[in-house]
Amino acid sequence: MKRIVLAAIALPFLSAHAARAQDGPADAQASRPGAYMNVSFVGLTDFAWSTEPRVRSLWLGDHDPRVRGFSIPNAELALDGHVDPYFQAFANIAYKLDENGETGVELEEMYALTTSLPHNLQLKAGQFFAEFGRQNTQHPHSWGFGDQPLILNRVFGPEGLRSQGVRASWLAPTPFYTEVMVGVMNASGETAYSFRSDESAEIHGGVPLDSAVAGVGDLLYVPRVAVSFDLSDTQTLLIGASAALGPNNSGPDATTKIFGGDLYYKWKATTGSKGFPFVTLQAEAITRRYDTELRPALDGGLDLPAETFKDDGGYAQILWGIKPLVVAGVRGEFVNARGAAFQSELRTDRYRISPNVTWYPTEFSKLRLQYNYDHREAVGGDHSLLAQVEFLLGAHAAHKF
Amino acid sequence: MKSILLNLAAAGLIGTGALLPAKKLNVVATTPDLASIAELIGGNAVDVKALAKPTEDAHFVDPKPSSIVTLNRADMLIDGGAELELGWLPALLQSARNPKIAAGAPGRVSASQGIRLLEIPTTFDRSKGDVHALGNPHFLIDPVNARTVAGRIAAQLSQIDPANAAKYNANLKAFEARMDAKLAEWQKQLAPYAGAKVVTYHKDFPYLAARFKLDVVETLEPKPGIAPSPAHLAEVITTMKAKGAKLIFVQPFQNRKTAETVARQTGATILDLAQQPGAVKGTATYFDMMDYIVTTIADALRKAA
Repeated sequence: MKRIVLAAIALPFLSAHAARAQDGPADAQASRPGAYMNVSFVGLTDFAWSTEPRVRSLWLGDHDPRVRGFSIPNAELALDGHVDPYFQAFANIAYKLDENGETGVELEEMYALTTSLPHNLQLKAGQFFAEFGRQNTQHPHSWGFGDQPLILNRVFGPEGLRSQGVRASWLAPTPFYTEVMVGVMNASGETAYSFRSDESAEIHGGVPLDSAVAGVGDLLYVPRVAVSFDLSDTQTLLIGASAALGPNNSGPDATTKIFGGDLYYKWKATTGSKGFPFVTLQAEAITRRYDTELRPALDGGLDLPAETFKDDGGYAQILWGIKPLVVAGVRGEFVNARGAAFQSELRTDRYRISPNVTWYPTEFSKLRLQYNYDHREAVGGDHSLLAQVEFLLGAHAAHKF
Repeated sequence: MKSILLNLAAAGLIGTGALLPAKKLNVVATTPDLASIAELIGGNAVDVKALAKPTEDAHFVDPKPSSIVTLNRADMLIDGGAELELGWLPALLQSARNPKIAAGAPGRVSASQGIRLLEIPTTFDRSKGDVHALGNPHFLIDPVNARTVAGRIAAQLSQIDPANAAKYNANLKAFEARMDAKLAEWQKQLAPYAGAKVVTYHKDFPYLAARFKLDVVETLEPKPGIAPSPAHLAEVITTMKAKGAKLIFVQPFQNRKTAETVARQTGATILDLAQQPGAVKGTATYFDMMDYIVTTIADALRKAA
C-alpha cells in the first residue's frame, strides 16, 4: 500500500491547535468566535475471528479487520472550519496499523467548499470521496456495519473511490430536494481502483499502461442526481442515481463504466429520546463494465484478449434503533462477475449475511458486535465475528442525513 | 381573463403591484418556540417554518434534505445557538449554500447571543457528561430571555426588510407589553411557592427555576445526556424524600417510565412540561405554552401543599 507520510506535518499542526483549544472549548465556530477550526479524532479497535484463517481474503476493505485477533483499522484526525466568507474546508488524515503493527498515514480527504456562489451552485476542490451512491462518501464512523460492503470493494477498491479533482453541485429549484452533481477527477492513482490505478493488474491481469493526461478523455467523470421526499411527518425517502466513467489502463482507449442506484428510507418517531426509536433502510445496486484491450499478461505469458468484465452487486441493510442508543441491524449483499477469460480471486461470486447490534454509551463512543456468514463460489461458507470499540474526541461532528 | 388583465394594466394597477400581495419574507427557525416569537413579531409580513417538531428533542433533529431546500430559500434563520443544534444544523447549512443566513449576516439571528447563559463550564471534560461548552442552551423558557430574543428578531427583520420596519416595531411593542403583563401574572401565580423543590429529567429547566424561584434539587440523569442508572435513581429518591421534592418535570421526548419509577417511590407527581409550543394541545404560541407550564406547576404545587 502506497502511503503518504504526513505525520511530520500533521502533528505540529495539531499541537498548535490543541494549545488554542485550551483557551476555550472545541466548538462550532459559528457560536464560538476565536475557535477557527474544529478538531476531532476518531479511534476504532476491532477484534475479529473467522473460520477462514486468512481473514484478508474475506475482509478486503482498508477499514476492515486485518488479522484474527486485534486490528486498528482506522484512526482519523478530522479538521474543518470556515476559511473565510467564501470557503469552508475539511481535511481528514487517517492513521492505520497494518497486520505487522506498522503505522501508515494517509491524507484521505482535503478539500475546499464554496459557501456563497450564485444560482444555488457549489464547488468542491481538492481530494475527496467521489459522490457516488450513499456509502462511498461516508467515513467508517458513520457506517451502520463494521466492514465495507462487497460491491463497493469490488468496484471502488479497498479505500473507496476518491481522487483529486473538482465537483460542481446545483440545488435545483424544485419543490422537493433535488441535487445534481458532477465530479471531474484524476483517473489515476491507487484510489481510482477501476480506472488507471497502479493496482489494476489485479483486475485485468495485464501490464498496466502508463498513461499521462493528454485530454479530457483521460479524466474520471462522476455525475449524480439525488432527490428526496418527506413521505409524512415521520418518514423521509432519499434516492439517487450515479455513474463513474473514465479510462482504465488495460489499453490506450480502454474505459470503465460504473452505474449505481441508491435508496435511503428513514422512519423516526415524533416523540423519541435522542432520536430513537427509528428504522432505516439503505440499499445500493451497482454494475460495472470494465472494457479491456489486447494486453501483455503481467506474468509474461501470452497476450490477454480484449474482453469486458461485467460485475454486478448490491446490498440492503435495515437498522432498527430499538431504544435510546441501541441499534440492531441486518445486511444482505452479493457480488457477481461475468464475461471474462481472465479469472481473479478478487472477482469471485459471493454473498454475505450480517446481523449486528450496536450500543452507543453516548454519542461519543460505540460498541458493536457483528456476525458474517460469507459464501464464496468454489470456496464455500465461512463464519466470522467482529467486535468493535470506537471513540470520538473533540468537536461534535454534525451528521448528514 | 385577458380582457380583465388588459383593463387592470390600463388602470396602471399591475405595474405598481397595487393588486399583488407583497412577497412575504421566508423566516426559518430551528425550533417551534423561536418560530412562535418570529410569527408574533413578523405578523403577516413573514412566513415562518420550524425545522424541529414540537415534540422532538432539539439536540437530535434529523438533517432531512427537505430542510436543505427550506434553508436554501430562507431570508432569515433563527437558531438557538449555544450548541443546541450542533449535531445537525451545520450539515444543513453547508448544503443550503445561502449566504443570506450565514453566521454574522443580517438574516441570521443566533438567539443565544446577548443572553446571559447559565451553567457555563469552567473545564471541558466529557466525563462530566455532554456539557455544553457555551452554557445551558435551554434559555428560552425564561420569558425575559424570550423578550430579549424578540427584540433582536425585530431589529434584524427591520434591517433586511426596511419597508416593514414600522410593522415589526409595532409588533415588538405589543409583544413586550403583553410579555410584561403576562410575566407579572405568571410570577404572581408562582410567588406562593417560592423555593419549592422540584426534580427534572435533564438540566433543561434552570432558567425557569431561576426566574420563578423554584429549587431544582436533582436531575434523573446523573450527568447531562447520560442515561439514569439504578444507583443514581436511588440517590435521587433519597434526596427527594429528604428535601420534600414533590414534582418531577418531564418533556415528551424523555423517558417517562424512569420518572414513573421514581414517582412511585416518592409519591411525587410527574408534570409533562413540553418546552415547545404545539407539543401540548392548545399551546399554539409561546404565550400559550408559558401559560400552560406556569398553570400546571402552580396547580400541582397547590395540590401538593
